[in-house]
Amino acid sequence: MGSSVEELVNREYKYGFVTDIEQDTAPPGLSEETVRFISAKKNEPEWLLDWRLKAYRRWLEMDEPTWPNVSYPKIDFQAISYFSAPRNIKPLASLDEVDPKLLETYAKLGIPLNEQKMLSGVAVDAIFDSVSVGTTFKATLAKSGVIFCSFGEAVQEHPELVKQYLGSVVPASDNYYAALNSAVFSDGSFVYIPKGVRCPMELSTYFRINAANTGQFERTLIVADEGASVSYLEGCTAPKRDENQLHAAVVELIALDNSSIKYSTVQNWYAGDENGVGGIYNFVTKRGKAMRAAKISWTQVETGSAITWKYPSVILQGDDSVGEFYSVAVVNGMQQADTGTKMIHLGRNSRSTVVSKGISAGRGQNSYRGLVKIMPKAAGARNYTQCDSMLIGNRCGAHTFPYIDVQNMSSDVEHEASTSKIGEDQIFYCKQRGLNTENAISVIVNGFCKEVFRELPMEFAIEAQKLLGVSLEGSVG
Amino acid sequence: MSLLQVTNLHASVDEKPILNGVSLTVNAGEVHAIMGPNGSGKSTLAQVIAGHPAYEVTAGSVTFDGKDLLDMEAEERAWAGVFLAFQYPVEIPGVTNAYFLRTAYNEIRKARGLDELDPIDFYDLLEEKLKVVAWGPEVMERAVNFGFSGGEKKRNEILQMAVLEPRLAVLDETDSGLDIDALRIVADGVNALKRPDSATVLVTHYQRLLDYIIPDVVHVLAGGKIVRSGDRSLALELEKRGYEWLTSGAAVPAGVS
Repeated sequence: MGSSVEELVNREYKYGFVTDIEQDTAPPGLSEETVRFISAKKNEPEWLLDWRLKAYRRWLEMDEPTWPNVSYPKIDFQAISYFSAPRNIKPLASLDEVDPKLLETYAKLGIPLNEQKMLSGVAVDAIFDSVSVGTTFKATLAKSGVIFCSFGEAVQEHPELVKQYLGSVVPASDNYYAALNSAVFSDGSFVYIPKGVRCPMELSTYFRINAANTGQFERTLIVADEGASVSYLEGCTAPKRDENQLHAAVVELIALDNSSIKYSTVQNWYAGDENGVGGIYNFVTKRGKAMRAAKISWTQVETGSAITWKYPSVILQGDDSVGEFYSVAVVNGMQQADTGTKMIHLGRNSRSTVVSKGISAGRGQNSYRGLVKIMPKAAGARNYTQCDSMLIGNRCGAHTFPYIDVQNMSSDVEHEASTSKIGEDQIFYCKQRGLNTENAISVIVNGFCKEVFRELPMEFAIEAQKLLGVSLEGSVG
Repeated sequence: MSLLQVTNLHASVDEKPILNGVSLTVNAGEVHAIMGPNGSGKSTLAQVIAGHPAYEVTAGSVTFDGKDLLDMEAEERAWAGVFLAFQYPVEIPGVTNAYFLRTAYNEIRKARGLDELDPIDFYDLLEEKLKVVAWGPEVMERAVNFGFSGGEKKRNEILQMAVLEPRLAVLDETDSGLDIDALRIVADGVNALKRPDSATVLVTHYQRLLDYIIPDVVHVLAGGKIVRSGDRSLALELEKRGYEWLTSGAAVPAGVS
């Protein structure tokens, strides 16, 4: 569609800068010593070190999964550094003590950490490489009993909660990357909403990988006690580097009776260049457990990473529990994504909804992989799955791997799927009405993703729409 | 001065020649009808004027208001005031008619250095324009052409035309597939939008539409060339005699039917 498209293809990744800051980085390599080093750095209690070591030993016996529909050279786990922290980071009494360079980095990313200047009413925990650099609005949240802090802090201040719930949804032995994460996780966020409390503001974590040759292994644990509710946002960026970097996070959500957790992600890790050099390997395990009449809702907009391997899932343990998954996954250039969800129905009359929108452009490969499992006791369970793929150009691919396993005949499972192509005619129609190619694609794609975007909190929805426009610029050629 | 000047236009699709030297002059304030049998190149002419990338212009020129139209991207032509009512309007799921039309309207205004209209002001404008096609506001919340009947799609094209107020409107078989009531609504819309500084080109198969929109000039296209031009009586004669008496001399290119 003309040369303007080609020019747009080569648009720069906006967040690709590197912060020049002194960092304490562990030498590359992984052994029991590494695990002990990290645990000691974090001043952890014995039980947590044991938990890590058990996970590490389990990991040694496991094989890297090969079933995802993605391909990449074998990862050398000994070449990665498992811990990196900006020097002079802790302990901090307040945000005033944070290195100004770090604050500058977050300002560039559009993440306000300065509480005085905060207008948006979103509490932010910012993770820079391996450690949390600051959590805003802590005092306000504490008034309603909400705990929102870095994972490391939670281990020190609320060990009983961490001990009770850590690994209760994603056990250390769950899968290869979850085991790795359990052994070497460095920091992350911890949230606890007490009984009956509606969290007074949106909580947000911002992940930033800065150091080279460093893996990021954060751990997020969110517990909503009975009748509580919380909305949580996660954003991610990384500098442009020629080598691939590994991001293997674990997120566990626990929604106790009658509570609700809404977890929204806008993932924009560096995707690599147009030839597939560099970019983040995003191998993430996210899972929630919903007890009686509890609700867990995942919304994700995935536009970044060289490779995405991610299945935010819900175990619908309680009767009348609700699980939702709304996803937009975009691949362009040489990106590969294998993403979807698992809805495991155990409770009676449990209900789940899956809406997945996959967009493939450039030479990207996009796979939806989803499991709907109705266990024998889940009488009256219902699932509705809608899985739509959109192709832009003729060098990309869309794949769908739905698994449906029904063991209770009183349940009701629906699966709908469609594949469409943004055609020359659709774009021409828009252009004839005065929209340029870039606007035309943005309008068409945003229409396609509408059902997912309307699930996002307002500010996030606008960011997601813009991000989608940027990710797809120049995708029609 | 002529508004649209087509001179010796040759165009092909997939290297197959469709237009073989079309010349046409349309002045401001005029309505032209382009008629002809299937495969004569009527729709191709409309698409080439609008700038569809699938058609390659191999010779000739098209100027609009003295500017070289062929040198412009499709959206630049829209900004200049060229509008094509599509024979097969395209569906855009998930995008409301209101949003789409406001985006189009504002893009055109922006290109002309005018201020954009906010949704509230735009709604006022829209309310007026909806009357042209005898529609209520509820249609604006439906996705663009998505799940529209054939007749509704054509009406939607006229609504867009009413909002965008083009200087040159090319209507490509807008009458096809319309029942008599819808045809009247469409024709009334086109007549209501006539202005002394703008022109309309109707591409049509049948005389029927010309009972409602009276053309100043009628052209017969056959074999990729205009073989006869005349006034309204030419259309009536075609109605009686068919196209054969005009087209027997003009070879229809192979493969086009």
